[in-house]
Amino acid sequence: MSNPTVISTTVALDAVSGRTDFAGPQGPRPQPFFTPKRVIIYSILFVACLYYLFPMYIMVMTSFKTMPEIRFGNIFAPPVEFTGEAWVKAWSSACTGLTCQGLSPGFWNSVKILIPSVLVSTAVAAVNGYALVNWKFKGSEIFFAVLIFGSFIPYQVFLYPLVMITRELKIFGTIWAVILVHTIFGMPILTLLFRNYFASLPVELFKAARVDGAGFWRIFLEVMLPMSLPIVVVALILQVTGIWNDFLFGAVFAGTPNLPMTVQLNNIVNSAQGTPEYNVNMAATMLTGLVPLIVYFLSGRLFVRGVAAGAVKG
Amino acid sequence: MQKSVSVKGLSLNFGAVRVLQEMNLDVENGEFLVLLGPSGCGKSTLLNCIAGLLDVSAGQIFISGKNVTWEEPKDRGIGMVFQSYALYPQMSVRKNLSFGLRVAGLPRDEIDERVARASEMLQIEALLDRKPANLSGGQRQRVAIGRALVRDVDVFLFDEPLSNLDAKLRADLRVEIKRLHQRLKNTMIYVTHDQIEAMTLADRIAIMKEGIIQQLDTPHMIYNNPVNLFVAGFIGSPSMNFLEGTLSGGAIDLGDVSVPTERYGFEPGNEKWSGKAILGVRPEHVVVGEGASQQPFFFDAAIEIVEPMGADTVAWTRLGSHSFTFRADAELNLAQGQTVKLGFDAARASLFDAESGIRI
Ligand SMILES: Nc1ncnc2c1ncn2[C@@H]1O[C@H](COP(=O)(O)OP(=O)(O)O)[C@@H](O)[C@H]1O
Ligand SMILES: [Mg+2]
Repeated sequence: MSNPTVISTTVALDAVSGRTDFAGPQGPRPQPFFTPKRVIIYSILFVACLYYLFPMYIMVMTSFKTMPEIRFGNIFAPPVEFTGEAWVKAWSSACTGLTCQGLSPGFWNSVKILIPSVLVSTAVAAVNGYALVNWKFKGSEIFFAVLIFGSFIPYQVFLYPLVMITRELKIFGTIWAVILVHTIFGMPILTLLFRNYFASLPVELFKAARVDGAGFWRIFLEVMLPMSLPIVVVALILQVTGIWNDFLFGAVFAGTPNLPMTVQLNNIVNSAQGTPEYNVNMAATMLTGLVPLIVYFLSGRLFVRGVAAGAVKG
Repeated sequence: MQKSVSVKGLSLNFGAVRVLQEMNLDVENGEFLVLLGPSGCGKSTLLNCIAGLLDVSAGQIFISGKNVTWEEPKDRGIGMVFQSYALYPQMSVRKNLSFGLRVAGLPRDEIDERVARASEMLQIEALLDRKPANLSGGQRQRVAIGRALVRDVDVFLFDEPLSNLDAKLRADLRVEIKRLHQRLKNTMIYVTHDQIEAMTLADRIAIMKEGIIQQLDTPHMIYNNPVNLFVAGFIGSPSMNFLEGTLSGGAIDLGDVSVPTERYGFEPGNEKWSGKAILGVRPEHVVVGEGASQQPFFFDAAIEIVEPMGADTVAWTRLGSHSFTFRADAELNLAQGQTVKLGFDAARASLFDAESGIRI
């Protein structure tokens, strides 16, 4: 009975078979699904979903209906006669003011405005942020403060001066004017974004690169930029959606042949002639919104991956 | 002989904050100098000034006889290792090591050869194609040391290179750094707040406090002849017992007891010193038990607290009204409440002016 080896064997066996004789709570705490907290959270989420999805539902349904069916009423019913004609018309033949080529020219105008503005503003802001953090010059703090202050002034205040400036530069009414304006207005917020990101990186990294003999551009391109994927993605999302959705600058600076998609969408929807073609309007609106939507879906994943990659930095 | 690194009248201010004040420091060729001091005393700042990463407010810096005060870091002939490793996260170990050489535009085969030599020396050959994220802390710090090594510089600067490692690794890498120094015979300036690192590695230690070097001397002298109370209290663990009293006529009166100081080695000219003074006795210089009565001063003490450390035991007791700690062999099996005979010799103690804190 008092043989210690026997006792220890039974204890070991107990452990192996997983048998435990403790009374009371043990192991992982049970997690019932229907707790009051969860019920409330999911109810709120459900209502919020409905709130956003319901108009979306009506838009999609309407865009696939024919005009007679729409006139018949009952906007909630799914289409009886399913047709994609409205989408085709919105893209290629709806009238936007004087021309009747649908949204497609506007789409390409928006692309032509978007790509250079996004690339230039992101690149310049990245360099700005890096310089502000790592190459502090006399007055760099003041420079930064002014930049941030600038981002709080309403756009409308700048509108007329900018019209005059672009006219002096002889680019008013061209695509370059819109690109210039977008680049300028993207600068403060993007610079802030990049500055804060670079400030969060260990300063020793920069010092090590200096000891290794690298200069301004070398450190930026070979050390800082490769670490910046997460923040570059954030900047791209901000700029792509912001510039794509812009109406004001496009309408003012681009000139008629270069009007971006948003302005042309407005021209379709608000055209005074004839009866409003609700199905075409709905399709055109969704076409215009498609680009930011796709950007969100694609970059969301990339964004998460970027953040995760940054989190395991050396 | 020409000094390896010379700092002359160096001051550095961050705005109104004076971090370094009128600092003078000479480092011999091939010397291992340790800058030791509490956090925030300006050690890193001094190192950054020597490296050229901070513009000095006043003074000059010479490296290998050349005035480099206005030179870029890369032109100073220094390599630097940081506490946070500061490896370039997106580059492989090989790219990390060769970055500086690529910037300098060295030919490919020369770069390969130097990287091979450094990685062999640090035993990181197997890691060359890994990214820093896939290395352990010790491996990262080796790579960081390698990055300084490949540059073939005269002076190595280390800023708390081992502080982010766990105790065991720290001890291992410490020995390795010492071995590296013996092999390379470069000048090394090494910043730490860890006195064990300082004592084990240094040829000379500079103890800093609030931007001023308190004492610059060999580890032996720093330990045995601290120039002031700060140095005496900073070095040694557990720290020195400080017993305040009045010194006059060959003894210091501690209130309830009087300790003879005839055998104390006064600084020249201080033999007749009298007034308020502080007697410093290291816990490890206290003799316990039978031998105690052979010491010039001995007393009976009741043990209040015992801290077993494994190899030895630290015990807390009282000398008169003063708290008093001593270190004893663990074999003695000291217990709380026990009374033991303790003794020490003023020859191994330190005396400080109670007002200025300076060694008498
Ligand atoms: N960039 C800075 N701006 C202002 N104060 C600084 C800056 N860097 C360090 N200091 C101050 O200088 C003092 C010394 O810092 P440091 O050299 O890093 O100390 P340590 O001895 O711990 O390495 C600290 O009090 C710190 O707050
Ligand atoms: Mg430091």
